Amino acid sequence: MFFPHTEADQKVMLETIGVKSIEELFKDIPQAYRFPDLRLPPPLTEMEAMGELQELAWANESARDLACFLGAGAYNHYVPAAVDMLLRRGEFYTAYTPYQPEISQGTLQSIFDYQSLIVALTGMEVSNASHYDGATAAAEAVTMADAHFRGKRTKFILSPSLHPHYRQTIHTYNHGNDIKLVGENIDLKSGPEALLSLIDADTALVMVQYPDFFGRIYDYTALAQAVHTAGALLAVAVNPLSLGLLKAPGDFGADIVVGEGQTLGIPLSFGGPYLGIFATRKEYVRKMAGRLVGESVDNRGQRAFVLTLTAREQHIRREKATSNICTNQGLIALASAIYMSLLGKQGMHQVAELCYHKAHYLAHQIAALPGYELWTDVPFFHEFAVRCPAPVEEINAHLMEHGILGGYDLGIEYPELKDHMLIAVTEMNSRQEIDALIDVLGEVSHE
Amino acid sequence: MNIPSDLKYTQNDEWVRVEGNVGTVGISDFAQNQLSDIVFVEVVVSVGETVKQGDTCATVESVKAAADVYMPVSGKILEVNDSLPATPESVNSDPYGAAWMVKVELSDPAELDKLLDASGYEKLIATKE
Repeated sequence: MFFPHTEADQKVMLETIGVKSIEELFKDIPQAYRFPDLRLPPPLTEMEAMGELQELAWANESARDLACFLGAGAYNHYVPAAVDMLLRRGEFYTAYTPYQPEISQGTLQSIFDYQSLIVALTGMEVSNASHYDGATAAAEAVTMADAHFRGKRTKFILSPSLHPHYRQTIHTYNHGNDIKLVGENIDLKSGPEALLSLIDADTALVMVQYPDFFGRIYDYTALAQAVHTAGALLAVAVNPLSLGLLKAPGDFGADIVVGEGQTLGIPLSFGGPYLGIFATRKEYVRKMAGRLVGESVDNRGQRAFVLTLTAREQHIRREKATSNICTNQGLIALASAIYMSLLGKQGMHQVAELCYHKAHYLAHQIAALPGYELWTDVPFFHEFAVRCPAPVEEINAHLMEHGILGGYDLGIEYPELKDHMLIAVTEMNSRQEIDALIDVLGEVSHE
Repeated sequence: MNIPSDLKYTQNDEWVRVEGNVGTVGISDFAQNQLSDIVFVEVVVSVGETVKQGDTCATVESVKAAADVYMPVSGKILEVNDSLPATPESVNSDPYGAAWMVKVELSDPAELDKLLDASGYEKLIATKE
């Protein structure tokens, strides 16, 4: 039962702070905005309200109704029905790790399994119980590297082909923090070699994406060596699904792997909730943020799961903790664990391979269309950039008339890529959909 | 509670043993007892580094808490105890001996006057318990 403040409570509080009335607390807000007339429509019955909401819902076009070629960080993959079926069990239905954790062995086991799968997929040694999304996980990598060097190294190199939203989030997290974020303005066409000259003894972290924001696949082995020679750390932001096909970042020397886990069985659903993946090497575990579940034995010798290394976290370390965020996406992490378990190593390889081949078929066809040119000129996964003969916005409007959700307008984040479209292809795109896209793009080039 | 009389103490439960112009630094028996089983120690300064009184020189973590260790005096770090990461439990068993954390060349011996002697420290922890 919630008791609001009584009038007597309010009177005492107002007297304490020396204010006469509650209205006086709002005196800094201009009079005209203080109690505005909201001009709301008249109240509706539940039945009327449902009808109105249904009308609104029908006005939407979802990735389910359209042929979707939009990616740029969130992708339209098939989610097996079993994911939702298992996820919606009441026992799992919370976004939080419990605060008296060991009483919830099932929850802890599901997190432990998630961590184990992420470790296997990324080639790292430790995974936390997850963060909010790929962008916040990337920001935590910067925070962790800063904590690791205790502020003694101040330079953080971000690849310009790290997702623009991730970079914005990193800037937001570090506003007012005394570090330098560099590298974002180097030439987009250049590969990881262009980052090498920026690395020095003051460098704490280099962060790249794999495949990068434009879908490109680079071998970061030489970069990792240069980073380590300078005594710095390498963070790699991944699309975890691509790791079904690609070499794991742990195998080429990544110290931190972060990523957007949405591709692992999480629906697009208007941009969230998604899943922030964070994995690292064991030697950095005490600087890692987030919850961590470990396997132990109880006093009867039975396998048991515990929250471990909690002295890293804010409730113990207070302001000295690496991060003050220990919320994880428990339910979404579980969804991804179910997805990975259902598909298995072979299944994930197969999905990634399907995406790869379909994307390459499409890229090949678009390159042959007059007026279009592939911007991507190195190996890519399931996404590529194309220079278009007309503004992307116009082309996308035309595509929408044909029930096709076109690619991402790169000019929004990269002015030098005006009229460039980033196109993503997944296993969901049928041959018919792909051919339809090619036909409509062809019409645009003839207009 | 073991409070050796030949050491100087801080309000934050660090001790310093002065021999010539060299100070050896660690945490007190009272501190290790409060922290309980220590599972991790990390010395966060390196040899040659100049530190000021109050700077963090180490971090200790027990099964229930984490704490920073602050320099009781200013100076240049001469030596750090490399064996601590492998034997964090020595902070519990031998806080004034094997579990020393850093050795420092004192740059301002007058700072010692501001520290507590054994009886002063004993009075302080009586108020903490």
